[in-house]
Amino acid sequence: MRDRQASAPADVAVPVGAPPPVAEIGAEPGPPADAGGQVALRLDRLTKVYPGASRPAVDGLDLTVPRGELVALVGPSGCGKTTTLKMINRLVEPTSGTVWLDGVDVRSLPVHELRRGIGYVIQQAGLFPHRKVRDNIATVPRLLGWPRRRIDDRVHELAELLDLDPDLLDRYPAALSGGQQQRVGVARALAADPPVLLMDEPYSAVDPIVRARLQDELMALQRRVHKTIVLVTHDIDEAIKLADRIAVLNVGGVLEQVGPPEDLLREPATDFVADFLGEDRGIKRLSLLRVGSAALRRGPVVGTAASADEARQVMAREGTDWVVVCAGDRLRGWVGADELDRVATVADAEPRRFAAVVRADTTLRSALDVIVTSRSRVAVVVDDPHAGAAGASPDARYLGILTLDDLAEGVTG
Amino acid sequence: MSGALGDMWDYLRSSEAWSGRNGLPALAWAHLRVSAVAVLVAAAVAIPAGVLLGHVKRGALLAVSVVNIGRAVPSFAVLALLLPFSLRYGFGLGFWPTIVALVLLAVPPIFTNTYTGVRDVPADAVEAAQGMGMRGGELVRRVELPVALPLVLTGLRVSAVQVVATATLGALVGYRNLGTLIVTGFTSPNKGRMLAGAVAVALLALAVDAIFALAARLLVPWRRKPGRWADAAVAGPDGGAAPAAP
Repeated sequence: MRDRQASAPADVAVPVGAPPPVAEIGAEPGPPADAGGQVALRLDRLTKVYPGASRPAVDGLDLTVPRGELVALVGPSGCGKTTTLKMINRLVEPTSGTVWLDGVDVRSLPVHELRRGIGYVIQQAGLFPHRKVRDNIATVPRLLGWPRRRIDDRVHELAELLDLDPDLLDRYPAALSGGQQQRVGVARALAADPPVLLMDEPYSAVDPIVRARLQDELMALQRRVHKTIVLVTHDIDEAIKLADRIAVLNVGGVLEQVGPPEDLLREPATDFVADFLGEDRGIKRLSLLRVGSAALRRGPVVGTAASADEARQVMAREGTDWVVVCAGDRLRGWVGADELDRVATVADAEPRRFAAVVRADTTLRSALDVIVTSRSRVAVVVDDPHAGAAGASPDARYLGILTLDDLAEGVTG
Repeated sequence: MSGALGDMWDYLRSSEAWSGRNGLPALAWAHLRVSAVAVLVAAAVAIPAGVLLGHVKRGALLAVSVVNIGRAVPSFAVLALLLPFSLRYGFGLGFWPTIVALVLLAVPPIFTNTYTGVRDVPADAVEAAQGMGMRGGELVRRVELPVALPLVLTGLRVSAVQVVATATLGALVGYRNLGTLIVTGFTSPNKGRMLAGAVAVALLALAVDAIFALAARLLVPWRRKPGRWADAAVAGPDGGAAPAAP
């Protein structure tokens, strides 16, 4: 892949430094201090007033996007998020203010050259109906005049990267599902390997199941390609899931708050942000945290050879009417107090499989769901690649238990 | 069987029908030639105009007006009006007045279909194209015109069929074509020749229609439903957008 950073002359001249705080940037006109460094994109007092409109669509917006970060612009209809996005690739020309891309004022470049260097993904994908998938993907490389061989290679590389079946390459877009079309749209945007990707409500036209999968794919893709991404969405859950930082815009293009999802959920700066995040802010925070990051308790655990009396002691100590049975660190199941009367060891009671099982990489939000639907109000945490709806598999490694109290601890602690 | 059909059969079996400058082959060729020239000239005028106005998304009123005028003005009247001018300015009888009348007939469907087709290219495809850095000309060449092609072909098809049918009128101003059989047959008590001319014009129009249908299939593979020999140019959602024949 081409490395824009390495080829930018400004990178050589200016030492790389941490991005200055937004407030300072807004105060001083001129190119950013770390041109070509860690800040890929900077919006500087960006304002758009549409002709005939009484109030601005975007009003004095300052925003920096560090290289390799995914920043989500969220807000209600009319908050100017799409207008903001389109000012970056100049589909909309700002009334005042400047967009700096790698330290270069975007107005200093011919508009078609600027756009060929920025990936653009829109709702409904916007594929060209008269071109096969491979030709759709090859759009920008062809505009740039790449040799045919290089284009073919790149198309296949992208098909692989986006998990597109090679058979699809020779189909027309009409023969693709909505999810496939959206993947092709992303492949097309990435074709010339632009360092910056703009995505305008990319997943709002697909059904929720496909949307969740495409979001997961985007996260996996981003871990590989490290693009600087600006994503516009009205779906706050999508922003929380995907974004490194979220910028919340109010009607009229006023920036209410920008920061990592975790910060917004913990400390919304304004009532508007709090409202926009929703009443279940605490629950949403749970979706940012993983079970593995919570303090797990050992729980009422006994070995398979433990006697019925030993098991009863453990129950009494932990305040439960059941025990976890483990062979070494392998989870064998659970045994209830009433099953211990006629047996010598817990193994004789034939431990039953746990239904309420979560993995260490499960989000706390999913764990919450497991806990509230389980009889014992406890989720068992295992290291088990095969754990599924049926419960833990026989070779699951026991890690501990998680209760509602532990979850509350995770949110407030 | 009526007498006219018998007369036509007799005419078709005569050598007069198949040879000489009044034979069917020569007349059909002249008929096709004047029709083809008229459609080509009309396309050369109407397609660029339609593409340009459709691209800038302006001129809806013009598009509607053009097609309505095209509907309202009879080719026969155009021919009658043109004849004195043609004679005065030395273009004479026959070919030129016929061409002008036919071009005027052919322009509206081509223009309106092209305009509609380009204007109605899906907005998301246009936005994606612009967002990827296509300039105006690139957008027209690589996206708008190809996506509008089915409608452009529909316009050409409607025009061509009308022109072939209407070229018959050229015989009235002395342009020798299949219409000549009809005009000369008119005054004769033997209706065989007139009927043969009429049938020949109808067959020619059907053949032209079929050729355009085939062209649409070949040139617009992306509209073809897999496994179905669907005819995109006449039926289908876009067919409805095509203006009707004047």
